[in-house]
Amino acid sequence: MILGRSIIVAAVAVTLLAPALAQEPSHEETLPPKNRWSFAGPFGIFDRGQLQRGLKVYREVCSTCHGLKLVAFRDLAAPGGPGFTTAQAQAIAAEYKIQDGPNDQGEMFERSGRLADYFPSPFPNEQAARARFNAVPPDLSVIAKARGFERGFPYWVFDLITQYQEQGPDYVTALMQGYEANPPAGVTLPPGTVYNKYFPAHALAMPPPLSDQRVEYTDGAPTTVEQYAKDISAFLMWAAEPHLDQRKRVGMQVFIFLIIFAGLLYFTKKKVWHQVELHPEKLRGRPPVEYPSA
Amino acid sequence: MVHQSMNAHPSYQPKNAFMQWLERRLPIAGLIYSSFIVYPTPRNLNYWWTFGGILTFMLAVQIVTGVVLAMHYMPSAGDAFDSVEHIMRDVNYGWLLRYVHANGASMFFLAAYIHLFRGLYYGSYKEPREVLWILGVILLLLMIVTGFMGYVLPWGQMSYWAATVITNLFSAVPLVGESIVTWLWGGYAVGGPTLNRFYALHYLLPFVIVGVVVLHIWALHVVGQNNPDGIEPQTADDTVAFTPYATIKDAFLMMVYCILFAWFVFYVPNFLGHSDNYIPANPAVTPTHIVPEWYYLPFYAILRAIPNKLLGVTALAASIFVLMLLPWLDTSKVRSARYRPLYRQFFWVFFIVCVGLGWLGSKPPEGNYVLFARIFTVYYFAFFVVILPVLGKVEKTKLPPKSISQAVLRHGMPIGTPAPPPDMHKA
Amino acid sequence: MSSAEPTRRDFLYIATGAAAAVGTAGALWPIIAQMNPDTSTIAMGAPIEVDLTPIAEGQVIKVFWRSKPIFINHRTKKQIEEAQNVDVAKLPDPQPDSARVKPGHEQWQVLIAICTHLGCIPLADQGPYDGYFCPCHGSVYDTSGRIRQGPAPLNLALPPYEFLSDTKVRIG
Repeated sequence: MILGRSIIVAAVAVTLLAPALAQEPSHEETLPPKNRWSFAGPFGIFDRGQLQRGLKVYREVCSTCHGLKLVAFRDLAAPGGPGFTTAQAQAIAAEYKIQDGPNDQGEMFERSGRLADYFPSPFPNEQAARARFNAVPPDLSVIAKARGFERGFPYWVFDLITQYQEQGPDYVTALMQGYEANPPAGVTLPPGTVYNKYFPAHALAMPPPLSDQRVEYTDGAPTTVEQYAKDISAFLMWAAEPHLDQRKRVGMQVFIFLIIFAGLLYFTKKKVWHQVELHPEKLRGRPPVEYPSA
Repeated sequence: MVHQSMNAHPSYQPKNAFMQWLERRLPIAGLIYSSFIVYPTPRNLNYWWTFGGILTFMLAVQIVTGVVLAMHYMPSAGDAFDSVEHIMRDVNYGWLLRYVHANGASMFFLAAYIHLFRGLYYGSYKEPREVLWILGVILLLLMIVTGFMGYVLPWGQMSYWAATVITNLFSAVPLVGESIVTWLWGGYAVGGPTLNRFYALHYLLPFVIVGVVVLHIWALHVVGQNNPDGIEPQTADDTVAFTPYATIKDAFLMMVYCILFAWFVFYVPNFLGHSDNYIPANPAVTPTHIVPEWYYLPFYAILRAIPNKLLGVTALAASIFVLMLLPWLDTSKVRSARYRPLYRQFFWVFFIVCVGLGWLGSKPPEGNYVLFARIFTVYYFAFFVVILPVLGKVEKTKLPPKSISQAVLRHGMPIGTPAPPPDMHKA
Repeated sequence: MSSAEPTRRDFLYIATGAAAAVGTAGALWPIIAQMNPDTSTIAMGAPIEVDLTPIAEGQVIKVFWRSKPIFINHRTKKQIEEAQNVDVAKLPDPQPDSARVKPGHEQWQVLIAICTHLGCIPLADQGPYDGYFCPCHGSVYDTSGRIRQGPAPLNLALPPYEFLSDTKVRIG
């Protein structure tokens, strides 16, 4: 008994202490700070104004190098998104030249964009991007879900309960503001890179894209790097999860239903099993049969 | 020991003329009646016994969502990633179907592990349930293979590199290892041919699983359920009809399980996944940490704990196959851990070891992580190969009750006595 | 057992059964709905605009809208007359030509080029009526796309369309 108990205590102790006992390999990863997002939590929804501002930042700053090829112009008018009207989305589409064809002469041609078209990428392929930049700027369609960071035990338990799924936007926001003009002592940067506090390898090939007053906002929001960073992150979260609003709304309905249904099932179960005591003769599945003893 | 077979009782008497006609030609209604309605179920089952039903439910969920996703998914290396995004964005409720299927795999494995540990604790693998247990281990193996191939299909960075790492394991086989790997790949590296065949097999294996589940349930019904006291039913007073008693209890916990499932699907759908899998597969760039999904982590830890490649792969395989030997490794005459106090302690240590191995599997194989993984791996195998055989011989067990009904009515009152005060209700 | 008890118990069972039915329906709906056209397919089916200037008189071109073939026929004066001088009542599917063209644009015939029999694409400028002929089972259509002979039951269908100008038509 005592031996058994001690074994368990020892095992638990070892397991819980292992993080401390184990030598964590040194990786000076600075975790991005958590921001408040309108779309966080069980009742989260996107802020339409923020998405529209984020679209502006994307178009005026990011689209020079980064594609958004999984987002269609019609998505801009879809429910749960930036909330443009169909006509406005059409107008945005028409500003772009989309390659189409072949025509009857067998040639590819350019035409103005339509709702069904997707945001064109600045480069036709990876090789063209690499030839221009010595690096490939990733497409941003799912970047908000493609960037995350681990938070050790017990933080991930809290994250599970508080529904923290905004690692991507927090990372992008931090990255945009994480540039430092001078790297820390002893760090040499490869040529063509700049130092960024939040980029895991710290030497980032992307120069700081944002600066104050870079993009004009017509709704009075501050034209600061911090605001741009938040707006582009929210926009990219929408680009990655356009159905987030619907998912959380349906989720609430499903949850309420399941809780009610589980409650009903619980009381039904109690009622049914009460019969076991009341009417023992009813509960047997078959007439009594002699079983050989175990 | 076998105390009933499915055909040996009076049971189903259809009153409806059509049912009588059908029953004479294909007695399927009678089969359902005897197997799931009047089937005698031990009356002392606790909620750990609902996970078999939950597993069947999860299998159905995965198959239905899987077939429906297959209507939109494109299994070519160039299209796979985008087709999954197409499902998420354009297909009606595609986002829901995809998240249900992806998180459903986790819920499937969670239920499987709970079901397995229930078996370990209560001795459900012991005579006469050895074949039932082995079929269960086969099901676990099929689930592992199916889940692995499914994870490759979105063709993200983790999909590609997990496929590369796991298929490369087979190169450890002496002499023919490299040929096996090339054969699995259908090429010189993981690529389009690999993806296509994994898709075909991922679609096929769940139906193989259905077949083995049928055998598993058949084997169960021949010998009957185990129960928390580990003693066989002796009289009809020890059992209740499956419907409505077990049915309603299973349905209740199934819904509670669905609440947990819904929490993941609707609110934290990417929590159990890895963000790197939203990066399209790039054969030229390896992710910094290749990590499998959580349900493979303990096995991954065991694999990496052994420094030798072939021995590591052998240990990985052995960690699953040793489960099949369990009915013969455990020498105890007493089934249930309720009456085996010393075994209980070792069981809980084993549980902590498995969780610990899972945690270690997510860590880089460096420093003290490797040390602990080795210690835990030793305990894992020692539990089956050393502890259980020895324990059965030396343990002082408690006396199991004489019968289930005696165990249920601990105060010794006969069945049929007016209902005692509520705090004595056992169900 | 008093008579009140069964009622309470029954209510619980009924409520649980009803909730189960609602839950099943709710779970089944996405499974069924996902087979409906997805948003990208619907977007691909948006109206198309066709420039009519390259189409010479007497020429028929074929374009696609919603994956359906569409004939745009620049009818000659002779074809228009033949289409109009017809005893409508005697037609298998009576319909005057005026109901099958847009006023002021009688020379433009816009039809869905799917035979109303079993779905083949008819051939243009063929057949005894100088209209369309379906080689699959021999249905014959006139210069207005109306069925004249053969097994097809209905005239060739018209897609929704409108003229944005004399030289541009929007189909869909």
